[in-house]
Amino acid sequence: MMNSRNLPFLATLAIFLIAYALCTMQFPAMFSTRVMGNLLTDNAFLGIAAVGMTFVILSGGIDLSVGSVIAFTSVFVAVLVGKLGVHPLVAFGLVLIMSTAFGAGMGLMIRFLGIPPFVVTLAGMFFARGAAYLISTESVPISHPLLDAIQGFYLRIPGGGRLSALAMLMLVVFAAAIIIAGRTRFGANVYALGGNQQSAELMGVPAGKTTVEIYALSGFLSGLSGLAYTLYTSSGYSLATVGIELDAIAAVVIGGTLLTGGTGLVAGTFLGILIQGLIQTYIVFDGTLSSWWTKIVIGILLFVFIALQRGIIWYSNLRMSRGGGKGALGGVA
Amino acid sequence: MSDHTPLLEARAIGKSFLGITALDGVDFTLHRGEVHALLGENGAGKSTLIKILTGVYQRDNGTIRMDGEEIFPASVADAQALGIGTVYQEVNLLENLTVAENLFLGRQPRRFGMVNKAEMRKRSRELLSRYGLDIDVDALLSSYSVAIRQIVAIARAVDLSGKVLVLDEPTASLDSNEVEMLFDVLRKLKAEGLGIIIITHFLNQVYAIADRTTVLRNGRLVGSRALEGLPRMELISMMLGRELQHITRDHHAADEKVAPSGEAPIRFENFGKRGSVDPFDLEIQPGEVVGIAGLLGSGRTETAFLLFGIDKADSGTATIDGKPVQLHSPESAISQRFGFCPEERKTDGIIGDFSVAENIALALQARDGWAKPISAKKQKALAQEYIRSLDIRPADAERPIKFLSGGNQQKAILARWLATNPRLLILDEPTRGIDIGAHAEILRMIERLCAEGMSLVVISSELEELTAVAHRVVVLSDRRHVAELKGADVTADNIMHAIAGPTKTEAA
Repeated sequence: MMNSRNLPFLATLAIFLIAYALCTMQFPAMFSTRVMGNLLTDNAFLGIAAVGMTFVILSGGIDLSVGSVIAFTSVFVAVLVGKLGVHPLVAFGLVLIMSTAFGAGMGLMIRFLGIPPFVVTLAGMFFARGAAYLISTESVPISHPLLDAIQGFYLRIPGGGRLSALAMLMLVVFAAAIIIAGRTRFGANVYALGGNQQSAELMGVPAGKTTVEIYALSGFLSGLSGLAYTLYTSSGYSLATVGIELDAIAAVVIGGTLLTGGTGLVAGTFLGILIQGLIQTYIVFDGTLSSWWTKIVIGILLFVFIALQRGIIWYSNLRMSRGGGKGALGGVA
Repeated sequence: MSDHTPLLEARAIGKSFLGITALDGVDFTLHRGEVHALLGENGAGKSTLIKILTGVYQRDNGTIRMDGEEIFPASVADAQALGIGTVYQEVNLLENLTVAENLFLGRQPRRFGMVNKAEMRKRSRELLSRYGLDIDVDALLSSYSVAIRQIVAIARAVDLSGKVLVLDEPTASLDSNEVEMLFDVLRKLKAEGLGIIIITHFLNQVYAIADRTTVLRNGRLVGSRALEGLPRMELISMMLGRELQHITRDHHAADEKVAPSGEAPIRFENFGKRGSVDPFDLEIQPGEVVGIAGLLGSGRTETAFLLFGIDKADSGTATIDGKPVQLHSPESAISQRFGFCPEERKTDGIIGDFSVAENIALALQARDGWAKPISAKKQKALAQEYIRSLDIRPADAERPIKFLSGGNQQKAILARWLATNPRLLILDEPTRGIDIGAHAEILRMIERLCAEGMSLVVISSELEELTAVAHRVVVLSDRRHVAELKGADVTADNIMHAIAGPTKTEAA
């Protein structure tokens, strides 16, 4: 049956397909696996971070620390590998543990000190950015045979496109997240918390544990996103990815997830990433437009989607109040 | 286990909060296959008792036994594990999840670590079919009516706990068909041997579904009786208290001669709102106190909301001095020089962090508009005047009002309206939760104001209070104005008869 909760997702899907069709009508070359492959690679780090953001927003929270954690991760790994000669895998493991612990720490503060997520993660944002500056304010180049191998690895897809290691990583993360959100008790608890925390707790959802896990997951994915960014740019730079968390939030919202929590799909966030990538690609193809048009179009899309979500809520409330009780009684055998 | 061992037995339960006694030596006994109505007005201690039984609060004294063994429910989950499940009126299931997800949240069937959706769907359908419900379990809960949500909540609670089901105001937002559907479910559960505790303020429903009732009043047990053969009148007097007949009403005799006559300055005709209060006529003379009586949920507060424009009437007219007026918002009511002290003082009345002076100046400021601010100096002078005349303690105009006692907060709210020199003052439960001394002072103040020519509407569940101050009492039942008592007819007995009256035949 068609749920009204899938409506924003379907609207996003429709918008993406129409936009893509319009783009290929103007630039037929855009309809190719090569363009798609590049789009996925270019947005891999954003996509990975947006997955974490999706869980946070579904639970009714927000994570502003994402961009700073990405920058910290990238500069930390670059210094470890590029300057101190640590093996990349060791550095990767270390940095993922750190970012996960950082997220879990923020979750603990949100839950047990009762501070709003906005404030805690705002503090986290400054903290992680500051720590990144402390390590280095220079762009630190990074090179290692293993990293070169990862960067050079790709799968050929029919039509001349290449699916890079980064693109594959993002797809794996999305696939795993779709399963976690839709098919695990943890996922159900995330939705429950976002729906109504008090009710969820009365129904036995372990709110504290789940909150910590959600922010730990977002921290982990921010770290992973930082690794992807490091591989993507072959460097670590503490001034990078400023405000990227806002792009991630935009992708989540455009993907149909309610900012108030409780409703949305991880797959929607994937569409949100694709739409952002599509706009950038169009601007590249056009060649005359300023790249700032990306921001303007995303701004417009956000307005449209928030209005759409309001409209859906308004409509379903209207339907419920208009003898929804009587109508539903018909379902009783 | 013999059938004579009660399923749930609470003895001498006591609970106090910050020194204020909420429950004092209350007994409560529930048997298997019994529907037991817990009755009482606001503040009687019903919800405190329920919260102790369901693990939200822990008792200070007394014992609770289940099947003869003492239990100490420490949390909602703990009570659930012991077999006590609760369905609350509002805070309940999750509307953003599907029916199946709601039924199995936290205990989803799993296969290889993943939620087995097919199994969950199948078991949800089986569970609901026992309640005669054949609905799409994959649809969002929010797409169903309140009645179906209630039944889903009951199904979950019974499935989780299985011995005692507590229903807190389950029928408050249901229409009569839906209530019948819910009651069918309860009868079925009862036949299966479940013990059911139901809190409701609809007496007709109590008689329709419950076997027994326990009545609480002011935190004490009034009595526990079988409903069969219990006259409605007696039940009402248990709820409202019967010591009231002894109150002297000497001032009514004196009032007979003052009873104002002629064209009423404030007149409501055919005034009402669908789903809130049926249309009623009401005239209020200057210098008259009109009391509004009725059980909880009878439409008392809703009447006040209509008079003060908080709810917009959809029928009838209001006239003042013969001229029609529009009461579509509190602002318009204030501009007609109406004032309103709401029932929920802490949430609707005071602004806790504002000083006494600021709280008092609020209504005056609202009337004058924000363009003409009242200076701090003027505010303070105003506050000092009322602190003196109403004896508000401590006499500190700058103290945040939340640090004052309930009685003094109430006086400050009265002062807020008195500062606007109102023509009509509506007081909803003006003496709830305040101590005896302040109680008497507020009643004296009501008398003084009406002697000065102000019109007052006083809503109260304390019959004693109404008979003491009101010249006239309007009685409400089932959201209708069912009777109007005047002068010497204003007695507790007459009010209770009027509350019981119109539905007496139905109950018999």
